[in-house]
Amino acid sequence: MKQAEFFNEMFEDGAVRASYQGLQGWMGDMPAELRSLKQAEAEELFRRIGITFAVYGEGGDPERLMPFDMFPRVFAQEEWRRLERGVVQRAKALNAFLADVYARGEIVRAGLVPRDLVYRNEAYEAAVVGFTPPRGVFSHIVGADLVRTGPDEFFVLEDNCRTPSGVSYMLENREIMMRLFPGLFRENRIAPVDGYSEELRRTLASVAPRKCERDPTIVILSPGAYNSAYYEHSFLANLMGVELVEGQDLFVEGEFVWMRTTEGPQRVDVIYRRIDDAFIDPLCFRPDSMLGVPGLMDVYRSGGVTICSAPGAGVADDKAIYCFVPEMVRFYLGEEPILQNVPTWQCARPDDLKYVLEHLPELVVKEVHGSGGYGMLVGPKSTREQVESFRDRILAKPGNYIAQPTLSLSTCPTFVGEGVAPRHVDLRPYCLVGERVTLVPGGLTRVAMTEGSLVVNSSQGGGVKDTWVLSE
Amino acid sequence: MILTIAHETLYRYDHPMRGVVQTQRLTPARFDGQTVLDWSVEVSGCDGASVLWGGGFRDGAGDWVQGCTVVGPVSAVSVRVTGRIETNDLSGVLRGHRERIPPEAYLRHTPATAPDVALHELAQAAVAETQEPLARAHALAGAVQAAIAYRPGVTEAHTTAAESLALGEGVCQDHAHALIAAGLCVGIPGRYVSGYLQATEDGAPHEAAHAWAELFVPGLGWVGFDASNGVCPDDRYVRLGSGRDAREAAPIRGIARGPGAESLDVTVAVNIAQQ
Repeated sequence: MKQAEFFNEMFEDGAVRASYQGLQGWMGDMPAELRSLKQAEAEELFRRIGITFAVYGEGGDPERLMPFDMFPRVFAQEEWRRLERGVVQRAKALNAFLADVYARGEIVRAGLVPRDLVYRNEAYEAAVVGFTPPRGVFSHIVGADLVRTGPDEFFVLEDNCRTPSGVSYMLENREIMMRLFPGLFRENRIAPVDGYSEELRRTLASVAPRKCERDPTIVILSPGAYNSAYYEHSFLANLMGVELVEGQDLFVEGEFVWMRTTEGPQRVDVIYRRIDDAFIDPLCFRPDSMLGVPGLMDVYRSGGVTICSAPGAGVADDKAIYCFVPEMVRFYLGEEPILQNVPTWQCARPDDLKYVLEHLPELVVKEVHGSGGYGMLVGPKSTREQVESFRDRILAKPGNYIAQPTLSLSTCPTFVGEGVAPRHVDLRPYCLVGERVTLVPGGLTRVAMTEGSLVVNSSQGGGVKDTWVLSE
Repeated sequence: MILTIAHETLYRYDHPMRGVVQTQRLTPARFDGQTVLDWSVEVSGCDGASVLWGGGFRDGAGDWVQGCTVVGPVSAVSVRVTGRIETNDLSGVLRGHRERIPPEAYLRHTPATAPDVALHELAQAAVAETQEPLARAHALAGAVQAAIAYRPGVTEAHTTAAESLALGEGVCQDHAHALIAAGLCVGIPGRYVSGYLQATEDGAPHEAAHAWAELFVPGLGWVGFDASNGVCPDDRYVRLGSGRDAREAAPIRGIARGPGAESLDVTVAVNIAQQ
């Protein structure tokens, strides 16, 4: 049985792991009719609040409901503590890296990260060189994509230092579970996640700009209602009690940024922007951008406003830079990394290329600049012919490819058809970096709803689960 | 040499605008080749429009950047630069200039400096004879000067390096873009510099400010090349600001809010006050 190779988060050697004991009875007691009733209720709730995501290129209405699986994913307190330390450590190292490469570049001078990889990177913004944002923080919300392969084995698949999305699902999934199964929350000691929005507000307020000498005014800058994450933008603005604005609602005058309101202009101190660097200021970046605010970067650099995340933060979450994050942890923090990177072979290096060609049927091979699963080989799931034709492609342009082992993603019980079966899951926690570095006990668990599938992306049929952290 | 500068930019709008936002690089930075003695930038809007200075800062390239907004309605804005500056001939070498951006960051092209096949061929042919970095830079500048004849009026503000090379004609902006693009083809970081040139014998105003390129030469640092005149900047040149292309290095980048169309007049007078 192939299934036995995967770490099952609920059952180990036929016994229920301690963290899931509170769910065993609940699962056993639920008759099929109740289950389908609850499932229908959940979908109705999601539909009513309008939480959808967009899938393009498949025809029909692109707005979909994210499949919601009612079976929670559970972490024991001590499991979470270790994970939390690992995520916080990584978020600190990534921020230290950003502060460094926009200043003296010590890690580059030390020869630990290649100069060209940093300075010739598309995401490296020369326009912010020499500027230190408030508290030295560049990435205020760090989202890490994690997978688990054993009781204590967690790997980081990728970091997201720009504007990680999906936190609204974490909050809504919990809200809906509490409405569907209030009893579960009485019987189990589950750490709350609803403190996230207040912690986010506190984080943003803690990075108010140098020239702000009062309670800072915070806004969320969205590209507008056509953006697929617009629901999340308005949801977070509501929860934090701040204005949701678009570029045309803001303007620069004198040393500050102002928001148009019915009572006249109001000064804005902190902008949580959910638009890309290229679009935030047509005077500095893309001149054709209609989404941004002309002159914003001058105000930012002269200390009149804070932009979160900082322009240029994307250079830390680049695929090529990813390989060096463990090195950053050692270099800046003097610690050993708690979370592991997925071992990555760079086909550009002759030794790595040799290994990759010898082990092709076991590996996942990706294009360096590819995304969305195109131009990718999943060795164990490919035919001999597919592997051989991919071998030719790698040989033709080795520098274009990296390879990683096929990870045995952990599984969590999931409602399927008539019963419950293990399905593969990943995890995205949201780490907040400001005056303090904090992690809400929970995150977004994505689940591959198809049997055997390792792909959890929502665009490919992945669903979501409520993520529990048990209190002591 | 001591030079005096009088540089006026006048924006006119055919309808009053609600407001104007500018980012200015109009104050020369100090380096061993230039020291500012007096300098002032005055902005005024007609119709009693008020002018508000934004915050200023020194950017990673070492240039002084100053934000400025004009609160409308306004139908004309004038930006007047007057100054005295002492210059030394350093044969184009930007010695003693404080900056933070690593040269590798300039190895990315913009739409204006995107290399095409012809630029690649020009660059490869120019540097084929030598491995010495400074000689390669001079060879590139010489090749660009030979390939693009100086001729005003045939190119426009948005003409790219590849387009002006195909035309075989252009002005200082086109020479600078082509030299930067040629440098990129052979892995030499380059950038666009905007500034002033004391060119005419009588110091009479010319219609535009000047521009040239800098190439990064290991051992020397950034070195200026004026392919329009076939020289490296000397004490007749005043360096204002830099960027990857003309747009980024522009002395004034601005956006006016409102429905009107904009017209622009620039006058520059550079005089020798003392040899």
